[in-house]
Amino acid sequence: MRVCVVGCGAVGSLFAANLARLEDVEVWAYDLDREHVEAINRDGLRLSGAGEVLGRLTATSDPSALPACDFGIVATKAMHTAAAVEATAAAFDNGCVATVQNGLGNEEAIARHAERVIRGTTFPAGKLVGPGHVQWDVKGETTLGPFEARPAPFEEVERLAEACTRAGMPTKAVRDARGPQWRKVIFNASTNPVGALTRLTHGRLCEDPGLRRLVTGLVDEGKAVAAAQGIELDADPEDLIDHAAKPEVAYDHKASMLQDVEARRPTEIDYLNGGIVRFGDENGVATPLNRAIWSLVKGLEDSW
Amino acid sequence: MRVCVIGAGAIGSLFAAHLSKVAEVLVLTRRQEHARALNEDGLRVTGHHDFTARVTAAADPRELPEFDVGIVATKANGVEEAAARLDGRFAAATIMTVQNGLGAEETVHRHGEWPLISAVTFMSGTKHSDTHVEYILDTPTWLGPYGATPYERVTELAQLLVDSGLEAEALPDLRPAQWSKLIFNATVNGVAALTGLPHDAHFAAENAESDLGHLVHALVDEGKRIAAAAHVELHDDPWEMNVLATKRGSAHYPSMLEDVEARRPTEVELINGALVREAEGHGVDAPLQTAVYRLVAAREASYS
Repeated sequence: MRVCVVGCGAVGSLFAANLARLEDVEVWAYDLDREHVEAINRDGLRLSGAGEVLGRLTATSDPSALPACDFGIVATKAMHTAAAVEATAAAFDNGCVATVQNGLGNEEAIARHAERVIRGTTFPAGKLVGPGHVQWDVKGETTLGPFEARPAPFEEVERLAEACTRAGMPTKAVRDARGPQWRKVIFNASTNPVGALTRLTHGRLCEDPGLRRLVTGLVDEGKAVAAAQGIELDADPEDLIDHAAKPEVAYDHKASMLQDVEARRPTEIDYLNGGIVRFGDENGVATPLNRAIWSLVKGLEDSW
Repeated sequence: MRVCVIGAGAIGSLFAAHLSKVAEVLVLTRRQEHARALNEDGLRVTGHHDFTARVTAAADPRELPEFDVGIVATKANGVEEAAARLDGRFAAATIMTVQNGLGAEETVHRHGEWPLISAVTFMSGTKHSDTHVEYILDTPTWLGPYGATPYERVTELAQLLVDSGLEAEALPDLRPAQWSKLIFNATVNGVAALTGLPHDAHFAAENAESDLGHLVHALVDEGKRIAAAAHVELHDDPWEMNVLATKRGSAHYPSMLEDVEARRPTEVELINGALVREAEGHGVDAPLQTAVYRLVAAREASYS
């Protein structure tokens, strides 16, 4: 099996390095960061933290160097999906392309350039600490399923899930992968931008009763949009939000969007709250709070 | 005629300097060195007008003689302290409040039986030092009677302000103007504080779906519904005030934005909080104004 990770940042590296440990899987990585690519080719891709892994794989910034692959795993930031998939599409002419990205709309963007698409949601997290080296912060499960509009054959979804699981990245293949995805999107859209706008950590924003009610307002809109599409969430985002607020879980965690705001990097707001608004519009569900948060964070990005 | 300005920030300094042309002007400051500097150097105005005024300043109310008119020109959250310093003194004075938000008159009233004049001001300035204020926008100050204060006293003071070179107008009922400004401030200051944007074209943009103008418009509409429930017919349409201000092109930095950037306490309780409490009191649903209120209050909480 040959797999190409498209976008070898923190999450992409977790998949790439772990899959590279398997003898029956040949791993490629496509990434625009040349220093990172050179380090991977020279020294291998190293994970440390939740697991110590050194993966041997071939990385490139040149899409024409990619061989034909059985699977693509797209792990770029959501705003780079279209460009990355357009550039690498030829490698997947006979393969399937999965997304393990944040937010809504990545499957649709991939499907414009790929025939067989896999909807995915992943919970493991980490950060790039230097060229060829990723800190693995959180282990967690990944869910994959055929993307309804341009589905990959279910046996192919199972084949990829089985390889990931064997590589130490527990992955489930399911017929309808929308539930876990919407659960994660609603969680992120209801907490990340609130942290970004107030500069508060997850625990502190949950402690403020007025702010916690705003979070619930955002969650309720997301749930209504999911329900209108017939999506059954696999867990209540409210429970996950309260769980994460515990001191031993993620009380002090600064949402990635808050980290983006502090570093003045573009955020994924278009694919989180913006995605909920778009799907709400398509399904006749009003989403005034998500719309407000979307505008505020867009305004914040514009202030730089 | 002897006028005392209490609180010599930008607005207080503009009143004091101009009024010195037509009245004897006293200034009550908080800091001793501020009073000393004013007594030694006078008060310089640049920008729209250019002159240096002579004023008599003190940091201790016991050093001040009786006066006819007191102008409380502190920030909204400084009124309580300012009124407490007047408590038990200056029985012959009429006191004018000119704060953002609602409730300054009630705060002053708790400290004495002075006849009160309500005012809102749209003029703006930048204080460059204790003795130098730049007069930026020569937009008017509106005055109206509070409680049983005779209207003639209001027209007299308005005339005095006009004679001093400022724009001013007496209105038999100030509430419509006060509420227009309340809705305008709650919306524009709140959005500016959260996005980091000065009051520029973003606030009127309604093209793309995530454009900030949509949110500003929706916030103003909520404010209008609250005003209607409170039986206030607005003097100006806050949305038109917003569009007009953004067209002037001066990209004004609302004080709430300056406050959060300097990590100072903001006027959020007396502006956004006041509007949201009015909504609750009148049974009006105001989810967006409530969201902005919670977010700014939480942003302030994030300082520590």
